[in-house]
Amino acid sequence: MLPELSHEEIHRYSRHLLIPDVGLEGQRKLKAASVLVVGTGGLGSPVALYLAAAGIGRIGLVDYDVVDFTNLQRQIIHSESRLGDLKVESARDRLQDLNSEIQVDIYNEYLNSENAFEISAPYDIIVDGTDNFPSRYLVNDLCVLTGKPNVYGSIYRFDGQASVFNAEGGPCYRCLFPEPPPPGLVPSCAEGGVLGVLPGTIGSIQATETLKLILGIGEPLIGRLLLYDALDLSFQTVKLQKNPDCKICGENPQVTQLIDYEEFCGIPACDHTSEEWDITASELSARLKAGAPMRLIDVREPHELEISRLEGAELIPLGQFASRLSELDSAEEIVLICKSGTRSARALEILASAGFKKVKNLKGGVNAWAVKVDPSLPIY
Amino acid sequence: MPTLKIPTPLRPYTSGESTITLPGETVAEVLEALVERHPELKRHLLGDNGQLRPYVNLFLKEENVNQLQGLETPLTERDTLLIIPSIAGGKEHRRDHAP
Repeated sequence: MLPELSHEEIHRYSRHLLIPDVGLEGQRKLKAASVLVVGTGGLGSPVALYLAAAGIGRIGLVDYDVVDFTNLQRQIIHSESRLGDLKVESARDRLQDLNSEIQVDIYNEYLNSENAFEISAPYDIIVDGTDNFPSRYLVNDLCVLTGKPNVYGSIYRFDGQASVFNAEGGPCYRCLFPEPPPPGLVPSCAEGGVLGVLPGTIGSIQATETLKLILGIGEPLIGRLLLYDALDLSFQTVKLQKNPDCKICGENPQVTQLIDYEEFCGIPACDHTSEEWDITASELSARLKAGAPMRLIDVREPHELEISRLEGAELIPLGQFASRLSELDSAEEIVLICKSGTRSARALEILASAGFKKVKNLKGGVNAWAVKVDPSLPIY
Repeated sequence: MPTLKIPTPLRPYTSGESTITLPGETVAEVLEALVERHPELKRHLLGDNGQLRPYVNLFLKEENVNQLQGLETPLTERDTLLIIPSIAGGKEHRRDHAP
């Protein structure tokens, strides 16, 4: 039995009720529906806002993070007045301000194999608004094991992807990507950046697909992957097939329960992120002042050096690193620098594999340098 | 010659080029020409066994080449091959645990 709509609700959702594909019955379906939004960041913001505005009866929000200043460029559910607050609380308050009729549940937790079944149990559909591979595989496997649709979206710089996985017998995320890339191979938005509006576009598509699934209308993005290129302004869809050998939804599934997704997504085979390879900003500053002959190599992209740079640092972008090794001498003491130490750790791995021993990674990157040594530099 | 469309995350390895026209009559030949021109792309696309990595997909006219003839799929002059990588978004540090 679908819930009835009050007169106030009929008034509020008037523009939906006018569409024959939605109508009174459709709006009642939306009221009866429950959706779990995993992540209240770039994607989760527009997803949750539009689902709340559309009158989804029950929305769950999962996130463990707090609102950070750099989030505001794209995470439009949060605001300056909520900096430092829990994201789930900031998001819930915004949603309830938008629509006080709906139920919003919050989970200030990192979704993991231990809590995923319990958190997701009350919801019909799960929206993947996560930002890392372990969480994406977890959400996918959770959806397959519980038989729920996974409304997927992913973003990087100007590129977006969206699909509806594990619905109506269609393929799952693992059918397309059986394994994650090794850590560090694919740059993250924190390293590579993302256009602030991009998650708005992809998140709106995820919200649209969620509504279509609930209403049972149109052609959902099942068995199709949508590719959006904001620079070219092109939308393209490619066909996805169910993989009979898929480890979780194939004919002979090997994954029958949730696994350790951190492990599945790999720890660095050669862990040069350990402290022995690090040099702190203060140590580096002291050694440079003492006149130590050190070669500073900045592995960021050229345009990032306009934001901040260490005096005397030479540029070798990570993308060109392996082919420009001949410019470096293993007899020299080398310090690798990036924004916050992740890309320079990858460069260090390349150098270490090539036999370089006198290499250090500037811990925390140029941002740490700005905090500890040179406050005249901005942090980005 | 067939055209390859390079997604944003891989463009640092192609000096920023987004579409590249390369000689070759099969997917394998075009990929070979690609990694010859941009050697740093090789480890991103191909495993030690010379097969496509499991987190990279190639599509030709909406179809995954794995559903066609894999790396042996023939290409015509006018074909455009799409490289579709896994992208996860957001966090820099994998163990930051932030959705």
